[in-house]
Amino acid sequence: MSDELKPVLEGFFTTGDKPALLGSRCTKCGTYYFPKLEGFCRNPDCDCSQFESVELSRTGTLWSFTNACYKPPEPYVAAEPFEPYAIAAVELDKEKMVILGQVVAGVGVDQLKAGLPMELVVESIPDLVEPAGKLVWKWKPMTEGGAA
Amino acid sequence: MTQEIAIIGAGMHPWGKWGRKFVEYGVEAAREALADAGINWRDVDFVSGAATMRCGYPGYVAGATFAQALGWQGAEVNTSYAACASGSQALAAARAKILAGQAEVALVIGADTTPKGFLAPAKGERPDDPDWVRFRVGITNPTYFALYARRRMEIYGDTQEDFARVKVKNAAHGFTNPKARYRKQFTMEDVAGSAMVADPLRLMDVCATSDGGAALIVCSLDYAKKIGKANAPRVAAISTVTPTFASAVIEMPDLATDSAVVADAQSFRAALPKKAYEEAGIGPEDVSVAEVYDLSTALELDWMEDLQLCARGDAAKLLRDGATKIGGRIPVNPSGGLACFGEAVPAQAIAQVCELTWQLRGQSGDRQVEGAKVGITANQGLFGHGSSVILKR
Ligand SMILES: [Zn+2]
Repeated sequence: MSDELKPVLEGFFTTGDKPALLGSRCTKCGTYYFPKLEGFCRNPDCDCSQFESVELSRTGTLWSFTNACYKPPEPYVAAEPFEPYAIAAVELDKEKMVILGQVVAGVGVDQLKAGLPMELVVESIPDLVEPAGKLVWKWKPMTEGGAA
Repeated sequence: MTQEIAIIGAGMHPWGKWGRKFVEYGVEAAREALADAGINWRDVDFVSGAATMRCGYPGYVAGATFAQALGWQGAEVNTSYAACASGSQALAAARAKILAGQAEVALVIGADTTPKGFLAPAKGERPDDPDWVRFRVGITNPTYFALYARRRMEIYGDTQEDFARVKVKNAAHGFTNPKARYRKQFTMEDVAGSAMVADPLRLMDVCATSDGGAALIVCSLDYAKKIGKANAPRVAAISTVTPTFASAVIEMPDLATDSAVVADAQSFRAALPKKAYEEAGIGPEDVSVAEVYDLSTALELDWMEDLQLCARGDAAKLLRDGATKIGGRIPVNPSGGLACFGEAVPAQAIAQVCELTWQLRGQSGDRQVEGAKVGITANQGLFGHGSSVILKR
């Protein structure tokens, strides 16, 4: 079912069984970027402006986490009534960067701990136009007990 | 040649939600600073304003706006914008002009009027705008501060009670500060009873936005001597360095940090005071008082470590031991900090320097840090802006 839903942001991630975030990699120095970067590499010692589109690592370790206890302002579209959701900052080993995202529905901060292995998944969030919502990337704990 | 300038006047309009024009707060602060310095407005030959982005064109040209409101008298003007560090950039512009011998006396000034309620992003689909993107996927402002706070809990074992202790301490400090907006001695129970905003931060762990205005009169050391103020506090350093790639801490409004595959991971916050210490030729052991940007209670603990007032992970212990209270070894935020003021962006960095000026003169009354000789400020804002200023006497 989820395959039929549109992504909330075009070109930010792939869907399917093994979804991944889409980033850029500088073809000269190898620095990664998310979201995709166009223009100029931000490494001060690199003058490259060529990037390749890459799928970023699908797994990482939990750096920190929190939750949204209040309905965020627009353009976020919240479910009614609003349900708080957790947010994770996940460190990718290969890319050496931290990436934010919501945590899958049903997993709260009490089930999270820094260092947990996390996996990228896609889930739907409400949308103003699409009644079934749109897809967004989320982080999901890979250990039992944390899993939804 | 000396690289120092003197601070001979400080003034502030009380912080609050007054609903008046920012110009009024600025002019009141400027008049107070001029009276404090004992000089005439016509003696000022450079006006260095910190811009506000929320008050239309007069805010973009704040230096000129204040100069006109005080009465055109031919002074040169400048306006700086650097988010939370705007006031420090304005101070740096004044210092450069004075040290170059192109001005003798400068007014450094910033004021803001904040809109009611939350700041909401503009409407429409804007996938190229990082701010729109992160709101669309549910990443709000408190998220970032909560992630830093939770990281402390996970790595150093800090607790929510520690964060509440920061609020209680700062509330006690600001309780008698006539310029502060919130003057109530909050308790641990008050903090614990306030609503959770972004776990682990509660409503009373995060700062509000306020109206306010602050001003400084700064001058060459020769001028200070000439008017009998040779012992006035001096600006010993102003650091406004930008981050160094690869920045390792997630920053609003980004969804990701820099990738550190080819360059070492760097801390922006730690870099700000480092340059200030080098410029002043002193070390953290020389500091007697600090004013830091407590956008959240937990962030004050991060700043203590970035200022090297203690080792990484030890800030909560210092707090629990009472070291950061007035009367302790190294008082932090004797003004009451943002916890008691709320943030008035273009005025805030100047307000930090006002507090240190009064502290170094021994004029802070109930808030006085005994024998304060060296003070340091720290703040950080959006888009690689931040500052750290050192005052000494
Ligand atoms: Zn590159």
